[in-house]
Amino acid sequence: MAIKNKRLSAEELQKNFSDVHPPFDTLDGALVEANRCLFCYDAPCTKLCPTSIDVPMFIKQIATENIKGSAATIFDSNILGAGCSRVCPVEKLCEGACVYNLMHEQPIQIARLQRYATEQAIQKKWKLFERAKNGKLVGKQVAIVGAGPAGLACAHALAREGVSVTIYEKESKGGGLMTYGVAAYKVTPQFCADEVKYILSIGGITIKYNMALGCDITLLQLQQEYEAVFCAFGVGVARALNIPGENLKGVVDAISFIYGLRTKNFEKIAVGENVIVIGLGMTAIDAATQSKRLGAKNVTIVYRRTESEKPCTQEELDLARLDGCNIVYLAAPKEIIGTSKVRKMIFEKMELGEPDAKGRRAPIGTGQTFTLPTDMVIKAAGQMPFEELINGMALTNDQGKVKINADGSTNLKGVFAGGDIVNGGREVVDAVQAGKVGAAGIIAYLESIS
Amino acid sequence: MANLSSSFLGIKSPNPFWLASAPPTDKKLNVLGAFEAGWGGVVWKTLGSQVKNVSSRYSAVNYGNKRIMGFNNIELISDRPLDVNLREIRECIREFPDRAMVVSLMADNDRESWHNLIDQTEQTGAHGIELNFGCPHGMTERGMGASVGQDPEIARMVVEWVMEKATIPVITKLTPNVHSVVPAARAVVEAGTNGLSLINTIQSITGVDLETFDVRPNVGGQSAYGGYCGPAVKPIALKMLHSLSKNPVFKNIPISGIGGISTWQDAAEFLLLGASNLQVCTAAMKHGFRIIDDFNSGLSNWMDEKGLKKIDDVVGLSVKKVTDWEKLDLNFHIVANIDQDKCIHCGLCYIACEDASHQSIQIEKGMPYNTYTIKEPECVGCNLCKLVCPVDNCITMVEQRVAPEYLNWPEFQRRGMKLNDH
Repeated sequence: MAIKNKRLSAEELQKNFSDVHPPFDTLDGALVEANRCLFCYDAPCTKLCPTSIDVPMFIKQIATENIKGSAATIFDSNILGAGCSRVCPVEKLCEGACVYNLMHEQPIQIARLQRYATEQAIQKKWKLFERAKNGKLVGKQVAIVGAGPAGLACAHALAREGVSVTIYEKESKGGGLMTYGVAAYKVTPQFCADEVKYILSIGGITIKYNMALGCDITLLQLQQEYEAVFCAFGVGVARALNIPGENLKGVVDAISFIYGLRTKNFEKIAVGENVIVIGLGMTAIDAATQSKRLGAKNVTIVYRRTESEKPCTQEELDLARLDGCNIVYLAAPKEIIGTSKVRKMIFEKMELGEPDAKGRRAPIGTGQTFTLPTDMVIKAAGQMPFEELINGMALTNDQGKVKINADGSTNLKGVFAGGDIVNGGREVVDAVQAGKVGAAGIIAYLESIS
Repeated sequence: MANLSSSFLGIKSPNPFWLASAPPTDKKLNVLGAFEAGWGGVVWKTLGSQVKNVSSRYSAVNYGNKRIMGFNNIELISDRPLDVNLREIRECIREFPDRAMVVSLMADNDRESWHNLIDQTEQTGAHGIELNFGCPHGMTERGMGASVGQDPEIARMVVEWVMEKATIPVITKLTPNVHSVVPAARAVVEAGTNGLSLINTIQSITGVDLETFDVRPNVGGQSAYGGYCGPAVKPIALKMLHSLSKNPVFKNIPISGIGGISTWQDAAEFLLLGASNLQVCTAAMKHGFRIIDDFNSGLSNWMDEKGLKKIDDVVGLSVKKVTDWEKLDLNFHIVANIDQDKCIHCGLCYIACEDASHQSIQIEKGMPYNTYTIKEPECVGCNLCKLVCPVDNCITMVEQRVAPEYLNWPEFQRRGMKLNDH
């Protein structure tokens, strides 16, 4: 047992990491699906979309072959509509609300149709938005920290009003979680790069890469140099298990594991033979399925609660199962055993107690334990906000989660925040909406001070 | 099993489905294929003076995912040599003696040409003749086709020539390119035609290519008015059929129904409105001859369920259900009802009612599903909500008579009753 790379051939890796949800190949395919849409009034799909995309309208536009109009409808509500069409948990959002579900029929493939329209817009570089050329916001300077979905959505909305935006990004590429944090079979690095480029094509947005807040720049500097600041640097630190053996070689966190996958050639990614993944969120699934796709023999996902409390969607869980991952419920990590590197891991059997604050039934230890052999442990038990950084900036927060008002403003004048930094980590589409809300707040603020 | 056999003007066929005069009936190979597939008969594509066709000849109207809702052609009558057609007709009759062989004719506009053509046709052993008074393009410029059908006096004259000569039944096929088919129909009946068929195609332009701006069908950058047919014309055909079948003048004149028959249900509707024979073309051109199996079994099963034993039992059963508007009962009133268990909350009924002027549906916002209920006092019973609802039987119309007695518009006026008081 060892952690090593090249468990599979380049061809096998290529195949394992190809698109999980292939797009419509032809206009005809998209038309058949688009024509199934009933064009609901006050549509449930739109209501369950955090960015409120007018889904029936964009589908109607595909049905009439008005693809440009369709893309504009999508991007007008969600400038990351292309990425969201690949990574959104649609079965619990738009597609889950589709009225066809109530007829016990397959819901409209909204994500696939959305991908059809937005992909063409990006590939063909359709210019669907223009910057305002006049108005009192033209020439205003706003800084954004973080070029993830929230930051980009905020930047685009501001740019449409003629604001000049500078984004400070600690990585060397934009896209945030889209580029660094989701499974590689959902989006490719090329797609992420194209998407960022497309968003920036409106003009008036500059991204300064490799600039980390707290190292290369400070919030104070930004407050002084810009008329407003939008903090959207998300979360990033993996939650520690706080158990013995956590520092052993072979224990990694899911975020860095996926980061590696997204930044390096698959052949260079080392994976164990018996991998244990802790947690059952989307990130845990991404880590587990990708371990399997890299060639791990056994992948076991261990979760403290039962399947009914799972944070991931059913579709994601099914994906893990189809990839051959084992799932162990009602077990909490107790100790990781090994000398220099991981050998085995001890879990405590759990049972469900009373519901916690969120209404989920909390697991309670039974005292009984069991052991699983392993050579690699991936921690995916949630992410922690950058608490120290945020405290240092005197932003009012709750354990690192920044507190904001309805308009996205913080306790600091001219400083707004949104996305994972506020909610502690949710979907890309939630971050996009937060970016829009922040932009609207900033626009109102800039108008009020000018 | 219902008996589907048909005797139209004494022309017998095992079922009432004939292929209309068109490309599927223009040569032996096709006709034998149709007979093998089970078609009851054919009307051989129109014979007449020599013509030359262009390409392209067809175009279509698509709607949503449905291709060929409407179909259009600028094809002319048979462009094959007359003697070849006549020989093949004879051969087809010999191979399938139990099937109806009717030959469509369109002679030059003189008595002698008609007499010659009829003579040659009858020598094949054909069972009947159909006069093409409907072809709306190409032939009209020469005073034939629709230009005959559009002028009752010319139509009368031609039928008189025909009846002088013909010894087999004569069906006159009418053009819909008139404000009413009745005058021409009356003229040809008075001139002695044995039966009628309708409708021929409707003059049309199906569309324009938005890429090239060319009009369809495109013949080297130009187009011409074509004849419209297919499912889209069925309602027009049914109305024209009814305008004859309700009229006592045509009481003893059998009618062959044509116009967008694509399913057995369409066929049943034509029979119910007075046709005693059916002709099909576009559906066969679109799907091939094999659809005849479904036509036969569907019609037969439906007749069994309704206790109708033979085709004649069906003919005309719905004719009396159409009357003049002013004879409709004003005291009959219905209101919509939404079955909440079936409702999928799509809101289509709500927005249709809201935007189409009645505002009779209550919306109660929900997340993500709204609840829709009918405001009964506001509902005029127009049916629109039921029509747009995608769920079968979710919206039903419930009878709520205004008063028990029958009240029509003349009576309403006579009594001086006030308006908008349903």
